[in-house]
Amino acid sequence: MPAKPKLATVWLGGCSGCHMSFLDLDERLIELASLADVCYSPIADVKHFPEGIDITLVEGAVANTDHLRDIRTVRARTKILVAFGDCAVTGNVTALRNLYHLDDVLHRAYNELSITGTIPSLEGIVPRLLPRVLRVQDVVSVDHFLPGCPPSAEAIFEFVAALLNGETPSREGRRFGA
Amino acid sequence: MSVRTLEVDGKMITALEGQTIFSAAWDSGIHIPRLCHLGGLSDVGACRLCLVEIDGQKRLQPSCMTKVAEDMVVRTNTPALRAHRRLIVELLLAERNHVCSVCVLNGACELQDLAAQLGVDHVRLRPQYPTLDVDLSHDRFGLDHNRCILCTRCVRVCDEVEGAHTWDVAGRGKNSRVITDLGEPWGESASCTSCGKCVQVCPTGALFSKGKTVADMRKDRGFLRYIVTAREKKLWIA
Repeated sequence: MPAKPKLATVWLGGCSGCHMSFLDLDERLIELASLADVCYSPIADVKHFPEGIDITLVEGAVANTDHLRDIRTVRARTKILVAFGDCAVTGNVTALRNLYHLDDVLHRAYNELSITGTIPSLEGIVPRLLPRVLRVQDVVSVDHFLPGCPPSAEAIFEFVAALLNGETPSREGRRFGA
Repeated sequence: MSVRTLEVDGKMITALEGQTIFSAAWDSGIHIPRLCHLGGLSDVGACRLCLVEIDGQKRLQPSCMTKVAEDMVVRTNTPALRAHRRLIVELLLAERNHVCSVCVLNGACELQDLAAQLGVDHVRLRPQYPTLDVDLSHDRFGLDHNRCILCTRCVRVCDEVEGAHTWDVAGRGKNSRVITDLGEPWGESASCTSCGKCVQVCPTGALFSKGKTVADMRKDRGFLRYIVTAREKKLWIA
């Protein structure tokens, strides 16, 4: 029996809602586990993104230096990269700060509205925010887009199942927002 | 009134002289996409989504502005037209800040629906992220320029149906904005009757009722049919 395709999911600048919707696959997660090996995910205890991944679902936009480093690694080690959900596809809520200057956003959040009154910074520990939030496609090439905030469990299952069967997922029913 | 016969997408249809291709096609069950057209209002050809191919004409024509003619051959849904329409929707999405997930009209927006219908699952263009105002000066309604696509339905319904002509468009190109009166805040408009027709015809979340939250706003255009029927047939029926 040939080895099962390797599936990964990653979480960049997003709210984890797309992963929550992924978990809404419920009993179909068992079916999915029989179709693919889930090798890396925020919901699996794996420290480093492995080599030789067939399909990676990327939730979230590229908002800081860690995301920038991680998405490049993910792209280099993945055959089919999917922008998973509106933040990955359009920037969505994560990119709302692009309407303002980064310094103003940090000042508002940490100097004006937080109790500590200081902007956290610790080189190597706290990643720096990028001047502008980027869509995944702005940084690396994206093979497929699955919009939605979040994409429904049904949409995720159909999409991933099609990819695992070597088919091009239908664009039917893909929509921004909910 | 005389009748014209023409071919649309390989189907022979009849239309009244003076009718637009768009309207004749819809009457025959051929639904050409649109955002600026709204039955009961005049047409302006602003959104370009209803462009069609006509035999013998090099240029694409907006079907809402083009009258039918005898033996005309029209195609409304070719691969080239679909590609143009997808690009138009992408341009609209890239131009301002359309964040569906946090919009009052999420789930009932004509732009969002059209993107899904045309298979727009991402925007190939770079988003512009312009800094735009939200006018909340009116007691009951709000105007969010972030969501406005400049279809001018609000301008036309206010002028043609309500008769107030509070709305207009100022500026050019990317600086175009819908304005109330001569650019005063909406709440200070002397001509606005607060009838809310503009809010109901707006295809996106640009005009909304205050107090509505995310995905909470729904638009009701039933009034337009009543008024148009009343004017044309002198009958107060839908």
